[in-house]
Order: sequence, then C-alpha cells, then structure tokens
Amino acid sequence: MDTFSLLAQGFAVALTPTTLALAVAGCIIGTMVGALPGLGPSNGVAILIPLAFSFGLDATEALILMTSVYYGAMYGGRISSILLNIPGDEPALMTTLDGYPMAKAGRASDALVLSGVASFVGALLATFGLMLLAPILANVAYLFGPAEYFALYLLAFSTLGGIASNNQRKAALAACIGLGIAMIGLDNSTGLGRFTGNNLHLMDGVDFLVAIVGLFAVSEVFIFIESHGKSSAIGVKLESITIPFKDIARCTGTMLRSTVIGFIAGILPGAGASLGSFLAYMAEKSYVKDNSMFGKGDPRGVAAPEAGNNAAAGGALVPMLTLGVPGSGTTAVLLALLMTLNITPGPLLFTERPDVVWGLMAALLIANIVLLILNVPMVRIFVKVLSVPPRILLPGVCMVSFVGIYSLSGSYFDLILMILFGLLGYFLRKLNIPTVPIILGILLGNHMEDSLRRAMVLSGGDWKYLFQSGISIGFWIAAVTGFVAPVFLRRFITKPQAHKD
Amino acid sequence: MSDRLFGLIVLIGSVAYFLAAANIPTSFLVDPVGPKLFPRMISAVAGLCALLIVIKPDEEPEWPVAGTWFRLAIALAVLVAYAYTLKPLGFLIPTAVAAGVLSYQIQARVVAAVLTGIGLSGGLFIIFKFALGLSLFAVPRAWLG
Repeated sequence: MDTFSLLAQGFAVALTPTTLALAVAGCIIGTMVGALPGLGPSNGVAILIPLAFSFGLDATEALILMTSVYYGAMYGGRISSILLNIPGDEPALMTTLDGYPMAKAGRASDALVLSGVASFVGALLATFGLMLLAPILANVAYLFGPAEYFALYLLAFSTLGGIASNNQRKAALAACIGLGIAMIGLDNSTGLGRFTGNNLHLMDGVDFLVAIVGLFAVSEVFIFIESHGKSSAIGVKLESITIPFKDIARCTGTMLRSTVIGFIAGILPGAGASLGSFLAYMAEKSYVKDNSMFGKGDPRGVAAPEAGNNAAAGGALVPMLTLGVPGSGTTAVLLALLMTLNITPGPLLFTERPDVVWGLMAALLIANIVLLILNVPMVRIFVKVLSVPPRILLPGVCMVSFVGIYSLSGSYFDLILMILFGLLGYFLRKLNIPTVPIILGILLGNHMEDSLRRAMVLSGGDWKYLFQSGISIGFWIAAVTGFVAPVFLRRFITKPQAHKD
Repeated sequence: MSDRLFGLIVLIGSVAYFLAAANIPTSFLVDPVGPKLFPRMISAVAGLCALLIVIKPDEEPEWPVAGTWFRLAIALAVLVAYAYTLKPLGFLIPTAVAAGVLSYQIQARVVAAVLTGIGLSGGLFIIFKFALGLSLFAVPRAWLG
C-alpha cells in the first residue's frame, strides 16, 4: 500500500470523536506543560502516563494523547522564553536569546506569533518527513541483527553523552547507573533473579515509570524548595495580538533551513530537540549576511530555534518508532509508554500494527493545526497560565505523580522507590550529572544485554561477530566519533549565554 | 570536593556491584555470555568513569545552607509519610496536609499554604475521581462504616 492510502486509514482512526478529543486535550495540556517553567516535556509526559493507564485508554489513544502533549510542549516552551527569559523547557533555551530582547523592545506579540508560526512550519514539515522516512527506515531495519542492535544502542548512549552533555565521563557514568538498575530483576534467559537481595518487589525489576517520575518530577520539588520558589513575574507587556506578516515573510527561508537542520538533528539517536534548536540557531547566524542583530532581538533568531526544535521533535520520532531507540529524553518517555502498552517499536510495528503508526501520524497532522490555533490567536490564555506560582504548581505536580504511580501499582514499595529516585535526581542535578542517560539505560538495558547475548549465541562466542557487517561497523565508528568529537569541537563552538537582566 | 566524594562512592559501589555479580545464579542452560558478564562490563565502565571524576572533578556546586537542608529533610519526611498514609487515611486529609507543607516549604506563607493544601486536595480529588474515574477513597474507610 502506498503512503496515501495508509494515511487515509490513519485518518479514519484519528478522526473518531474520542481520539480527536484526546488530541485536542493533549495539545492544550502540552502547551501548558511546555509553557510552565519547572515542568518540561519529559516530566509532563511522565506524570501523565500512569494516569492514561488508569483511564483505560487503548494503545492508539494513549499514544496519540501523549504525542500531542509532546508536540504541544515543544510549542509551549517558547512562551516563557519570550516573556520571562526563562526557557519553559530545555530546547526553548535558544529562543530566549532573541525572543526576550524582542519582547523587551515592545514586540512581545510579534515574537510570540512569529515563533508560533515557525513552530508550525517546523513541526508540520517534520511530520511529513516522518511519514516519508519512517517506512523506509523500517524496511532497512529488517537487515538489523543482534550485533547491529547492540552497536545501535551503544551509538544512542554515546551521542547522548557526547553531544548533549558537557562532561563525557558524567554522561557515561549516568548511562551505566541506568544500565545497572536495569539489570535488577529476573534475567531473561535463565529466569533467575539478579541483584534482587531476595526482595520480592525487586524480582520484577525497577519499573521505569517509577524511575522516570521520581527523577523528573519529584526531584523538581526539591529543586524548587531550595530555590525558595522564586516566582517569576512577567516582565514585559503583551499588547494585542497582531500578525507580523512582514517578519513571517522575511523569515520563510530561515524556517525552511532550520526545519531541515532540526529534523536531521532529531533523527540522530540520543541527540534530540535541544541539539536541533542549537544547530538551527548557530547555522542561521552564520548563514545570514547581516547577523549583527542576533542576540539583540532579530526575528530570524526567534524563528530559527523554534522551527529547529519542533522539527527535531518530529525527527526524534523516526528512530523511536522504527528502531526502538529514542532520540531524546521525551521520546525515551514515549518509548516507556509503548513498552508498557506491550507495543514493541521496530519494523514489525509498521507491518503488524499500521493502525497505531498511521493513526499516530494522522493525529500529529491534526494536532499541528490545533496547536497553531492554540498558540497564535489563543496564546493569551497560556500566558495567564504562567502566573501560577510554584508554591501551587509543584505540590500539585507531586500529588499527581503519587496518585499516578499509586493507581498503577498500588504498592508502598513503588512510592518509596519513587521518592528515593527523586532524592537521587536532586543530588545528580546538583552535581551536574544528566538524568536522561539513566532513563535510557533503564529502558534499554535489558534489550542491549539480550542483543549482545543473542549475537554471541549466533557466533558461538566469537566477539569478532560484533564487527562483521557494514552496518554495525558504521554504528561503532559513529558511536566512537559521536562520543569523542565533541571534546575537540567544543573549542570552536561555544554555547551562547542567556541574557541577564 | 563533592565530585570527588561522589566519584568515590560510585567507585566503591561499582566494585561492590562487580563482586555481587559473582553471586548471580547460573542455570544449566548457559549461553556463551551468561548472566554475569554484562553487569560486570557495566560496573567496569562505571568504575572507570568514577575514577576519572575523582581525578578531574568539576567546579564545586552551590550547596544549600543548613536551614534549606532542614526544609528539604522535612519535605522528604512529608513525602514518605504521604506514601504510607494515602491508602489507610483516604485521599483528602493526607493530600491536604502534604500539599500544604510542601507549599509552605517552597514559599513560607501560612495562609497561602493552607489554601493551597485544601484547594489541591479537593480539586485533584474531583478530577481523579469523577473526570478520570480512579477508585480513590475520600476519607478513611472506617468512617464509611
């Protein structure tokens, strides 16, 4: 079947009233999650997963709700970047560079509308890219054996550690902590317990949802207690919303270029949306002839990172759906959702469950249009959300996490484990150790070990087997370069610093 | 210093993990790799990273002052207590208390904290119970007879 008839099938799934309502709800929640500082896309999606289960959604519905939240958060992140100079989520950091100066110069509404349109262009084109590329990659993935998968997992960890962090040893250590936690529980091949200390609760292993919610959401509470919940007042005035046609026309090229860059960055396993917006901004800055206004409120500096990060968000879904290797923290959480729903991402997903895949794609197209409406004409509503103070928001997030995990497992043990993960998350963040590799480690640990062991069974214990196909050699080389190259590149590329008031 | 201490703890932890792998039971159905090797590989890499962190630590992070540690400890205690009381005492009372205390720890305003606790407890209960249909008990079951 060709793409169009598959997509038509997808629309049949996505256009039922329930799914449509879920997509719209997801967009609204997502934009709020993105806009609120202290509630990024990964923890927003994480605390909603247990609730989606208790709500009894089926696989397609849950996936559509969560990806709408994910896309929405990518749109929403820019709102607090522009108005408060605080990125609502990590990828929106680059948007503060030009968005906030533009808002201070009295052009807050122009910046919001322009970045909303840029988000739309980036996300829409990336969704088309996803529809074209994912089925192709899914076919290529049939060629992957256990040796290739092992190398691919390694590549994900090394790009995550190399590109997305500033300190390789800490990122690698974080990945090891995650992998180490994944080993706890029953061993897949022998069926005997490992590292359980004869604790019955640990026989099932550590539930990744417990770890995710603890590391992302509960640790945030501790961070805010430490910072005394400095409430952020909106510093700039938002006049009536008008559409700056001139700026949009001027930035068309910027948006298209940034979309391509962001999409490619998103596909790289382990890189994600932060890298997408960073590369898009830097590339645009060096591409344009007159870049003297960059960092001082250039509209192109607002359009580029927003188109970039939304395109990367779409791109990151490509490896997640086709290979089961997430491209970012949030897609790691989405992968956790799929695994809990008993859906194994990979090439078989495309042939066996086309309703899930194409329903998702159709829902993403719909979500984009909903998001454009929410984020341009109705952006004022979300600006209001920003005035919710942390002293209400954070306890709320915490209570939702508790009820979510509690309704999922009903055990005290998991709740205590979640609090411990929250505490661990607090210390790790103070020590500047990234938490996303831990999540990725917990999610992929058993798959990684299985692929290694299966490869060794196939080869009869010959380790050279790991380097025998062109694909796996390519992954190994990419993994090593991805991990090492940033050390040298860092001398030439420095991250621009945010404005200080 | 913090990095050094952390590195040392992880180093000890990874050695312990490596040694603990020896106790993993193996079955008669053994594949060439077995259940012990991969955990050992992980602990070796972790140990190496920890060693590098000890040798070359980053700048010292800004740790909170004593008073803040105390507030963090209270928050932790409240969360643990909440975890254990959620089931026996029903949703409303523990949630109101826990949310109120957390709110007070974030911003020390008594009236605002009390209102936050009551508001969150009631609001979330309505959402969870009636909009999402979770089976939650509002009050201790004994009260319901």
